[in-house]
Amino acid sequence: MVERLIERITEYLDLDLENEVWCCNRCGHVLASAPENYKTGLLVYERDPREIHRPLLNEEEYAYTFAPDPNWCRLLEYYCPGCGTLVETEYLVPGHPITHDIELDLEWFKRRAEERERTRGGDEG
Amino acid sequence: MTIDVRKHDPMVEAEVQEFLRSQVLFRGPDREIMRYHGLAPLTEMERQAMMRTTDRLTKTVIRNRLQMIANESNEMLSHIASAPGAKWGDLICGVFTALGDLAIASSNGVLIFAALAQHPIKYILKYWKGEDTVGIREGDIFMHNDARYGNVHNTDQSCIIPIFHEGELVAWASSIIHEGENGACEPGGMPSAAESPYDEGLKISPVRVGENFQFREDLVTYFQNSVRDPKLQLEDMRAKLAACLRIRKRVLEIIEEYGIDAFLATMRETLEYTADEVRRRLAALPDGKTRIVLFADSTLRENVIAKINCTLEKRGEELIIDFRGSAPQFLNRATNTVLASLKGMIAQVFLNYVWPDLPRNQAVLVPVKFLTDEGSIVDCTPEAPNAQSMMTFFPAFTAVDHCLQKLLFNNLMNGNPAKASDVHASWWNTISGFIYGGYTQHGFYVGNITTDINGMGGGARWNRDGEPALNPIFAAYVDLGETELLEDELPFLCLSYRRLMADNHGFGKYRGGSGYMQIVTHKDTPLWGWMNTTIGSKFPTVLGLFGGYAAPTQPLCKVRGVNSLELLRNDSRLSAYDIVEIMNHKPFPGQYSTHHTGLQFEMVNPGEVYMQAQGGGGGYGDVLERDPEQVMADLQQGRISHWVAQNIYKVAYDPETLVVNSEETERLRKEERRARLRRGVPFQEFAAKWTRSEPPRDLPFYGSWDRPDEVYGGRPDVKMSTDSLQGIFMP
Repeated sequence: MVERLIERITEYLDLDLENEVWCCNRCGHVLASAPENYKTGLLVYERDPREIHRPLLNEEEYAYTFAPDPNWCRLLEYYCPGCGTLVETEYLVPGHPITHDIELDLEWFKRRAEERERTRGGDEG
Repeated sequence: MTIDVRKHDPMVEAEVQEFLRSQVLFRGPDREIMRYHGLAPLTEMERQAMMRTTDRLTKTVIRNRLQMIANESNEMLSHIASAPGAKWGDLICGVFTALGDLAIASSNGVLIFAALAQHPIKYILKYWKGEDTVGIREGDIFMHNDARYGNVHNTDQSCIIPIFHEGELVAWASSIIHEGENGACEPGGMPSAAESPYDEGLKISPVRVGENFQFREDLVTYFQNSVRDPKLQLEDMRAKLAACLRIRKRVLEIIEEYGIDAFLATMRETLEYTADEVRRRLAALPDGKTRIVLFADSTLRENVIAKINCTLEKRGEELIIDFRGSAPQFLNRATNTVLASLKGMIAQVFLNYVWPDLPRNQAVLVPVKFLTDEGSIVDCTPEAPNAQSMMTFFPAFTAVDHCLQKLLFNNLMNGNPAKASDVHASWWNTISGFIYGGYTQHGFYVGNITTDINGMGGGARWNRDGEPALNPIFAAYVDLGETELLEDELPFLCLSYRRLMADNHGFGKYRGGSGYMQIVTHKDTPLWGWMNTTIGSKFPTVLGLFGGYAAPTQPLCKVRGVNSLELLRNDSRLSAYDIVEIMNHKPFPGQYSTHHTGLQFEMVNPGEVYMQAQGGGGGYGDVLERDPEQVMADLQQGRISHWVAQNIYKVAYDPETLVVNSEETERLRKEERRARLRRGVPFQEFAAKWTRSEPPRDLPFYGSWDRPDEVYGGRPDVKMSTDSLQGIFMP
């Protein structure tokens, strides 16, 4: 048995090394297989960015208003299906392929856990 | 170049090769020097010095002395130089090895300048050392400013001097300032109107401008004759030389006190130690890849979507930064980046934001490999103008910084073995400050930039809010300067200046630092104009992290056809303190308009009002996790509006007293989480509907779409392979 089986990767994403799955840090919901894009296990909502970055200047009068142009930019929100936490946001040109933004080497984490276990065993011995 | 002639006659061949060597038509930028970012080979002198100097304490003392030398000369330079940039931190001083590697740069200042001075020194060594008409001698003074030989852009000018000890070249000193004016087609040194390198003003390849520690007056006059501000040119050439001479004096004192071996060993070992330490720290980070796509939304002449495609791969002790698939270069726009400039900027991600404790030198990039497409906006060719390279290498900086955070969070949760600084969302990343040109009230012709570019809002951290108007991404310790001083020297008035703007940052569990407003006008001059060089009016340039939102976009606002100063003088009820209030309530008559923030130099009339806001930092984490009391504090301080408190943060409170209703807030937030679950679509279902096979036909999209080896050139039917990129020529 290695020392740590859960690695925290982001504020909201855990990597369960034993079961090789992504989990929500807040509710523990299993999201996706670890080699896959964690986003595949999330809910996605496409927003007009002006819903968050509302125009501060009169939209009917001015071309630029402090708000992103919704024809150029869309806001994707990714929610945990277990607890509704906003896990990630992504600003993309309409229809642009979604990024696989975190792709980690699971073996690296396992090696580190084993190394820690060895070190601890050595210290205890 | 070599030529294959009469192989069997070595004498003839040698003669031909010598003829070719001596009859080069144009030496130009050196590809080998410019594309390499590793250390120069260890010299025999260094090897022997390192063998003979083993006392670590002595080397530590010398290293600290070298840091103090760089700091002292930088501090001195900021006091005696004249450029606004120099006064408020847009400068740097550094000490270089005999072969031109940057060993120590000053703690203050713009590291990228110094990191890029290695290239001209290496050029001087390669081309001018053995050249009979030039050479390198004690007392020589060199300078350069052309980014194609190593620089950010040609508004930054260097002074470079060799340091000799007992007749032997043992080191170099360099000082660099963002001078501003450089004789370009627009005043202020950063012409977005430039359509070729020859519109960008002075393009100085590394050149010897003085000997025996004195400038050649004919050359000084030539440079003065080429710019709009000849006083500035003269004063700062002298100031930079003084800073270099201070470095030389102090270096010789070190050699006198500790010996040449100790000095040489410390210089080299500092570089090697830095590279080794970066490898050790990289090894402590998880192996894997992180990715981001960013979109620079302007060439400063027109809105476009220029993609910055970034993948970070950490493997063992190595980091690979892959920008392949980014937009192709624009051959008649100034927003292209020379590869070396890109690398210099990325060095600042590490030395300013991730590992500020490391010695400030170029070796931080030794374990880093860069992958780019030659002919792209982040690796442009010499024919492409680059005066506004920041518009593409700033987003590239943000891309790398953002990708690193996705490796650093796990490191932080594991006791920080990689010794990194705080995990953070993106800083504001573009230079939101007015450039000006014209006659001053004192009768001088000037062109330069305001120091507002230094007030970028900080990104939210993993455990606290970002700071407002903290520092630019290119320098950790700089200043904004004094408004009164600006108004004293220049004919413009700050109607409202540096007032933090509500809702102008990224929201999140921790919010980004706010940006501030700049509302300017001018008087008492027969000739005045403004210019602005910022992207991010249609598409956010700054990202949130781990569920945090990006910072909003920024417009340029104008009120023309009015003398606001006359009106303000005659009507005490009028005010002009807030961009939103002015633009929406129109307190003056006149033509009100908004624009993207790429403004070419524009002549203005006294009292006309120009406005923009410095941007804010990105947010961190889910907005529903923000402490309601912090939301109230934001309201109280004017950082957010009631609309944001209620609609984004979902806080219930008494709008008069700002007392939070905790139970109702909890109910609202639970309801919002349930609403997310109702409206969210399973990923596969969403992606099937969302993803298009090519860029939208109605958007000017440049860069890769779904495969990094194929990029689009503004339309879906214009695409090309990245191994044969064609530069874009804009209409």
